[in-house]
Amino acid sequence: MSTQTKPSPVETTYREALNQALREEMRRDERVFLLGEDIGVYGGVYAVTRGLLEEFGERRVRDTPIAESVIVGAGIGSAMGGLRPVAELQTINFSLLAMDQIVNHAAKIRYMSGGQICVPLTIRTVSGGGNQLAAQHSQSFEGWYASVPGLKVAAPFTPHDAKGLLKASIRDDNPVIFIEHSLLYSTRGPVPPEEYLVPLGQAEVRRRGKNVTLVSYSRMVGLCLAAAEKLATEGIEAEVIDLRTLRPLDIETVIASVQRTKHAVVVEEGWRTGGFGAEVASQIAERAFDYLDAPVARLAGADCPMPYAKNLELMALPSEEDIVAAAQGLLGR
Amino acid sequence: MGEERLLEFLRRMLLIRRFEEKAAEMYALGKIGGFLHLYIGEEAVAVGAMAALEPRDYVITHYREHGHALARGLEPGKIMAELFGKATGVSRGKGGSMHLFDARRNFMGGYAIVGGSLPLSVGLALASDYLGEGRVVLSVFGDGAVNQGEFHESLNLAALWHLPVVFLCENNLYALSTPIERASAVTEVFRRGECYGIRGRQVDGMDVQAVYEAVEEAVARVRGGSKPVLVEALTYRYRGHSMADPVQFYRKRQEEEKWKQWDPLLRLRQRLESQGRLPPELRSQMEREVEAEVEAAVAFAEESPPLPAEELCHDVYSDKT
Ligand SMILES: Cc1ncc(C[n+]2csc(CCOP(=O)(O)OP(=O)(O)O)c2C)c(N)n1
Ligand SMILES: [Mg+2]
Repeated sequence: MSTQTKPSPVETTYREALNQALREEMRRDERVFLLGEDIGVYGGVYAVTRGLLEEFGERRVRDTPIAESVIVGAGIGSAMGGLRPVAELQTINFSLLAMDQIVNHAAKIRYMSGGQICVPLTIRTVSGGGNQLAAQHSQSFEGWYASVPGLKVAAPFTPHDAKGLLKASIRDDNPVIFIEHSLLYSTRGPVPPEEYLVPLGQAEVRRRGKNVTLVSYSRMVGLCLAAAEKLATEGIEAEVIDLRTLRPLDIETVIASVQRTKHAVVVEEGWRTGGFGAEVASQIAERAFDYLDAPVARLAGADCPMPYAKNLELMALPSEEDIVAAAQGLLGR
Repeated sequence: MGEERLLEFLRRMLLIRRFEEKAAEMYALGKIGGFLHLYIGEEAVAVGAMAALEPRDYVITHYREHGHALARGLEPGKIMAELFGKATGVSRGKGGSMHLFDARRNFMGGYAIVGGSLPLSVGLALASDYLGEGRVVLSVFGDGAVNQGEFHESLNLAALWHLPVVFLCENNLYALSTPIERASAVTEVFRRGECYGIRGRQVDGMDVQAVYEAVEEAVARVRGGSKPVLVEALTYRYRGHSMADPVQFYRKRQEEEKWKQWDPLLRLRQRLESQGRLPPELRSQMEREVEAEVEAAVAFAEESPPLPAEELCHDVYSDKT
């Protein structure tokens, strides 16, 4: 007699999970190919594509010149022509050189063509700060992209989600901006050995709690979880929601949680003014106002260019302590 | 070149001209909104270039594209319906004059960001190359696009990867009000591919046969696996940049009159007539048929239903994931 047991998950880094996703999708579908700067021989500036050139060759792993607009544009055009490109932009800061292609083209072609042509393009890029890389290398523009109809935006926190969401993004028939975080690449977490997808547009409750809801995505989820630990020692049970996808936004999960906890803290790395957290906070206010016992609290990046000096950079980004203090403040503790 | 073919060229150029004249009329009547960029004067470029392509080839172009669409064989009625913003339009009324699409004819759209479609043409060529389809991409843009970074990024990458693109610049000497010599340090557009090792060729864009031959040669080269080619067609738009453009502010009458002497329809007609290949009855029959076709296009657009409200947010995303 034998018992069927599911193979147990394997501890995997975020970087390795992304690499697995690319490898599996390239094996599965000949139309999937990669293009970007230094992704081939070098394996990517964050080493995500390492080993893929060796397996798939230069036809499918294409090093490009430093020319972000045509990297994305060639991705869009090849998607229109029947391929499923994955373009890598070394960081989201450089995506501004491709903003025209992303916003004016990728996001519009399906609509402008009356639904005739779709753009199954995935753009992988790296957002956020925390590495003392100063003002031109530490920005978080995912909220901007999330405001554009026609785009989808994913921003995973765990290795599990990084893999499942990237695979789902590649299979999606729409342009997806896939946000990675440089401080997450070496983090580890369980990844199932069998094939799975994480659908775009589903938030995940990472920790259950009944007193306050902490909402965030990407690296900030880790800070929320650490803050929740601390709050627990004071008898405050925080619920932690990882949005995972900014567009489509799973606001239902957030609303359901806030209706129970009656308190919400929204946390992001991006600038406060016009930040994505403002969208989440306003939807909470619109849909759960009567449930709230206090105004929605927001934590965001400071409204200044990112400084280089370590002590100032730390002040510019939300911290675990900030989240703890915000939750305590809401609960009057 | 055979008589049949030249007569067909004449007919297509006439269709574009009459279509555009009618569009101007419909704009004045308020049936067409937004920007309307007419192609009158430039007909030889579209007709000559499209005739050099196979159906499997891709066409991608800018916002002054009614002529390209008609020359590629998109139905005049559906184009007019698009200008009217009707559900029966080539882009279901969502695109308008500047965004005509027909995926079945590999007409991959008109784009209104100057230079923005060039990177897409590189991608379409990459797809053809990757899939071994043997398609060529005809990438059309104006003289205004050649100073954009996207022009240079695209020429470089297409050349680097030996992709099958024919870059076709419609040099009508002006980008809106700005004459080319006030915008371009090198005004011979065809030479601007040299630093990427791209062969360039200038052609009289008022001569449909010359355009056809130049583009056909370029297409053959590119399909044969050589680097992309840049063709510059010298041409002239008779009307303003768009319907709202007071063209007298920046252009001299004499210049306009000079170019009109080289009118592509007039030249071809005179040539055919002098060779006895266009008797008066054939010419008037052609005129009548084209006019009827344009009238039918307007009637179709007129009678087509408006877009229902449900269409507003439809086609933003593909549901298939
Ligand atoms: C990036 C960008 N900048 C400015 C404009 C506004 N604009 C529209 S058409 C045009 C002139 C373009 O001229 P050209 O490329 O020569 O084409 P033509 O109109 O002569 O056919 C300008 C300035 C635009 N649409 N896109
Ligand atoms: Mg021009």
